[in-house]
Amino acid sequence: MSTQDLLTGGTPAIAGASPAAGPRQVWRRLRSQRAALAGAIVIALLVVVAVAAPLLTALEGQDPNTYHDSLVNSATGGVPIGSFGGVSAQHWLGVEPGTGRDLFARLVYGAQISLLVAVGATLVEVAVGVGVGLAAGLGNRLLDQLLSRTTDVMLALPWLLFAIALIAIVPPGFPRPLLLMLAIGLLGWGGISRIVRAQTLTLKELDYVAAARLGGSGPWRIARRELLPTLTAPVVTYAALLLPANVVGEASMSFLGVGVQPPTSSWGQMLSSATTWFREDPTYVLLPSGLIFVTVLAFTVLGDGIRTALDPRAASRLRVGTGRKREAQS
Amino acid sequence: MSAQPQAEPLVEVSGLTVEFPVGDGVVKAVDGLDFTLGAGQALGIVGESGSGKSATAFSLLGMHRGTGARIGGSVRVAGVDPRTAEGDELTRLRGGLAAMVFQDPLSALDPYYAIGDQIAEVYRVHTKATRRAARARAVQALDRVGIPDAARRSRSRPHEFSGGMRQRALIAMALVCEPRLIIADEPTTALDVTVQAQILDLLHEVRTENGTGLILVTHDLGVIAGSVDDVLVMKDGRAVERGTVAEVLGAPRERYTRALVDAVPRVDAAPPPRAAPGREVLLEADGLRHTFGRRGAAVTAVDDVSLTVGRGETIGIVGESGSGKTTLGRMLVRLVEPSAGRIRYEGREIGRLREKELRPLRRELQMVFQDPVSSLNPRRSIGESIADPLRAAGERDEKRIAARVGELLERVGLDPDWYHRYPHEFSGGQRQRVGIARALAPGPKLIVCDEPVSALDVTTQSHVVELLGELQRDLGLSLVFIAHDLAVVRQVSDRVAVMRAGRIVEEGTADQVYGAPQHPYTKGLLAAVPVLDPEESAARRESRLASA
Amino acid sequence: MKGYLLRRFIGMVSVLLALSLVVYAIFYIAPSNPAQLACGLKCSPAQVAQVRQRLGLDAPVYLQYARFLEGIFVGRDFSTGTGVMHCNAPCLGISYRTGEQVTSMLATRLPVTASLALGAMVAWLLLGVGTGLVSALRRGRFTERALTTLTLAGNSLPVFIIGLLLLIVFCSVLQWLPFPTYVGLSQDPQQWFWGLLLPWTTLALYESAKYARLTRASMLETLAEDHIRTFRAYGVGERHLITRHALRGALTSVIALSAIDLGTMFGGAVLTESLFGLPGIGRLLVYSVQIVDLPVVVGVTLVTGVFVVFANAVADVLYAVADRRVVLT
Repeated sequence: MSTQDLLTGGTPAIAGASPAAGPRQVWRRLRSQRAALAGAIVIALLVVVAVAAPLLTALEGQDPNTYHDSLVNSATGGVPIGSFGGVSAQHWLGVEPGTGRDLFARLVYGAQISLLVAVGATLVEVAVGVGVGLAAGLGNRLLDQLLSRTTDVMLALPWLLFAIALIAIVPPGFPRPLLLMLAIGLLGWGGISRIVRAQTLTLKELDYVAAARLGGSGPWRIARRELLPTLTAPVVTYAALLLPANVVGEASMSFLGVGVQPPTSSWGQMLSSATTWFREDPTYVLLPSGLIFVTVLAFTVLGDGIRTALDPRAASRLRVGTGRKREAQS
Repeated sequence: MSAQPQAEPLVEVSGLTVEFPVGDGVVKAVDGLDFTLGAGQALGIVGESGSGKSATAFSLLGMHRGTGARIGGSVRVAGVDPRTAEGDELTRLRGGLAAMVFQDPLSALDPYYAIGDQIAEVYRVHTKATRRAARARAVQALDRVGIPDAARRSRSRPHEFSGGMRQRALIAMALVCEPRLIIADEPTTALDVTVQAQILDLLHEVRTENGTGLILVTHDLGVIAGSVDDVLVMKDGRAVERGTVAEVLGAPRERYTRALVDAVPRVDAAPPPRAAPGREVLLEADGLRHTFGRRGAAVTAVDDVSLTVGRGETIGIVGESGSGKTTLGRMLVRLVEPSAGRIRYEGREIGRLREKELRPLRRELQMVFQDPVSSLNPRRSIGESIADPLRAAGERDEKRIAARVGELLERVGLDPDWYHRYPHEFSGGQRQRVGIARALAPGPKLIVCDEPVSALDVTTQSHVVELLGELQRDLGLSLVFIAHDLAVVRQVSDRVAVMRAGRIVEEGTADQVYGAPQHPYTKGLLAAVPVLDPEESAARRESRLASA
Repeated sequence: MKGYLLRRFIGMVSVLLALSLVVYAIFYIAPSNPAQLACGLKCSPAQVAQVRQRLGLDAPVYLQYARFLEGIFVGRDFSTGTGVMHCNAPCLGISYRTGEQVTSMLATRLPVTASLALGAMVAWLLLGVGTGLVSALRRGRFTERALTTLTLAGNSLPVFIIGLLLLIVFCSVLQWLPFPTYVGLSQDPQQWFWGLLLPWTTLALYESAKYARLTRASMLETLAEDHIRTFRAYGVGERHLITRHALRGALTSVIALSAIDLGTMFGGAVLTESLFGLPGIGRLLVYSVQIVDLPVVVGVTLVTGVFVVFANAVADVLYAVADRRVVLT
């Protein structure tokens, strides 16, 4: 569907024409884009924060789950005492309204969940998507029909609704982060599968694949030598676009109360309780919102950069802005 | 139209330069070009790809404005300077004074609107006519260019027209405002030879009837012979030679022009005599058929074709697009499985073999492809591509592989040290040589060449054809040479088969088919082939018009 | 065309049947003990057994599915333990918790979701296509860069953050609007409008980013095509090229995508509904998941499926009609 293609930036890199790009060239082109570089740095920082969460909270001297009743005003229903949501030397970013739990600690632990689920779900999507797409592209007519129709349905279904519904039948003891990864990942592989199938079908018809057949190469050898190297670029590009979507996915489910369960903290879940506090304590809304925004933006910009680096021509045709392109060249 | 003094030429170009910024530097597409064109005259601009001929044509309409290209020198078209004209004057220049006919008629029209509406739109931009009047004018123009039932057909969208009809529609669009100049940029390159002849005849007719000037830009010397008065030969942005068409084509003064003229394959000149091949049959096809699609929508691409290829023989297969020649070629090497019929290779039936059973035979049946871009994997070095058949055959000794690839590269006229280079570093002709080296690697007995030179410039074309002929002689190969170009096929073939709509309509030795064609289709094809001699070309046009 | 529509319809029905089977399998067969889920955690094994019998969960799997389908097409009876309750077609079952028919629960929620989705669509089309058009018209200039940046930001913000920010700005800081509460259109049109204003704006801001991107991308795509060069060479002005030729191509995709988005949203704009407390289908789903009310979950899922599959079919047909190059097969 061309609508879908336009949204995802088109089917990238039709094999025949794109110039050969070694990993080193890609890296150089990626590095030359300031925005993408900034995105990468932000993400690296977030990863460090997430990994070092116990260390950072220890440094602050707090933990994410201790209630501090003395820090909230019970007369107003639990508004934090002090300006900006109770910011102080002990509580760097203030405390949670109602409970008085340390916000900084909850935010850095929230980064763990956010990144873990997003990356995990993306890996599931890539694995399933590439598998299904290759099978559909290389398999016989019947298999292709079956898998393509399934892919169409997967793409059409609003994944959030179905992910929520799936939560209903999972035993309560199942680890939630893993469940979220699977729920998002198993519903979101349609895009990759469709791109991989389309590319495989195009590639299969190219003369150089015919030449490889004539040269006596078997199907396995052809897939490995001729198809996979070319498929890497579109898959990586698309996966880079899925990452920010999955960050939002996890946040959405936790926001709805069907994501990670208390006391585990997650940005989306914090926002969910923030809906009742936005009047009294706007800081409580803005902190997790800001983090989600920065994370998603960083991933998006990096994804855009990766696309440009992997296929400069297709990207320049379809990119969002022309401004960044010029930066990239200078 | 304002009263121009008769003395002023229609087009006056002097010291024209066109520069495109590329990366840090600039590429000079046109470098100091002068020419003039009188009212009602026709000029052919000829050159190979990259000669700057299209950039020149575009600059006449100021099409480079807003693209970053820099234009130097002076250009005047009917008194208007396309580099500075603004507003109404620019609009009048584009379409009113000079109209352009583009190369690919499918992409040159908006797929969403009816053809008549698109022509009417152009007319309205220039005349402020009412919608209805413009529409009537469009139908009239379509009728003028020979679209049958123009009123009804004007409501069709571009994809519902055939290639030739679309090109006629584009010419109708050019005519609608009665311009004084038509600029045609490779107007027939995408068309079959018979349709090409019709379009050239139409342009000629329009010119003689309306007194319109014509600039015909093309890479094909045959196209200009009967269509223009003067010729300008371009190379690397400069004029190499100019003169009347008879002078330039008949007695070229410059070496480059002579090489260009000599490289044009002649359909009427018998090629040098070839050693008669033995009559030992290598490959025999019997009643081959191939059907695409299913049931209702089924299309029979190849329909009951029988053919034999002798050892060391070259057989040419000629046909226009859609004749099924490519599918036939792919069936012969078993890239495509025949829907019906038999293929016997060295006496063994291979038409029904499965992929696994075919693999040992693959090395003996190879193919050279048409598109030098898509036939090489852009992500693998050319050496790896050539070495692939060797590795697939189980060769593991890297030294031996490298030596053999070097040998092959040298054999096809490339530097043996280019093993690690990538396809994009090569020109079209060089890539085609790589493709030939890859086909030679497993030591084949038969090579099917599917339009091996149609994507190449004419001088490159003749070199690749020479190489194929040489290899065939030296290695005793059998060749199946598939092409739409009758002249190229004649140069290399011992025997020729003419295909149309999936069937072979005529088959015989090259001399028989070209010298005394039996089938009316073959006769029509041969009559439509452009010839270099302007007088001969005019005579042929007369006979075409008389028989139509 | 007729044949195409017929084929499309058959395809649609078969997809829906397959979907119902999958959904049924996932929700009624895969869980180890649906009766336990239905009864609640505190039920004794005897009570669970009773529930299992009452819900017909002791019958063979294929028979259960057949009864489920029968309910959808002709209606079916449920024993309530004391008596028999008839569930009219299309019957999607009865809530484990309230004993209400799922169909009627959905019917009361649909107007809310529909109000939200339709109003938001009008807003996002105006906003999105307008932005895309302007940024294509003024490409390379400041306006375009500013719009591009905004679009990128809109794409990076989840819908509930946009909503929360709007709430802070309009309800808390500026105090122009009260916290939105939903009132039915038939009850009080004015209240209905004010209650939905913020939810509409939220969804429109979120969705318009996508539409701006789509409009701009497909317009630039068209502008780079050869036929634009043809019209340029015939003196057709830039503005005319953009509004007549480039927009024409873009609108096809925009309309097709709107159909799909609208269909999806009819199945519940979960996040927006939850944030603003709108009693729509999406909120019903979230609530039912939390209290493990399987028939309602299945009902919402299936109804969503119907909307989505239907919307996709509509989009395909629109696309095919608008773009005749698409071969109808």
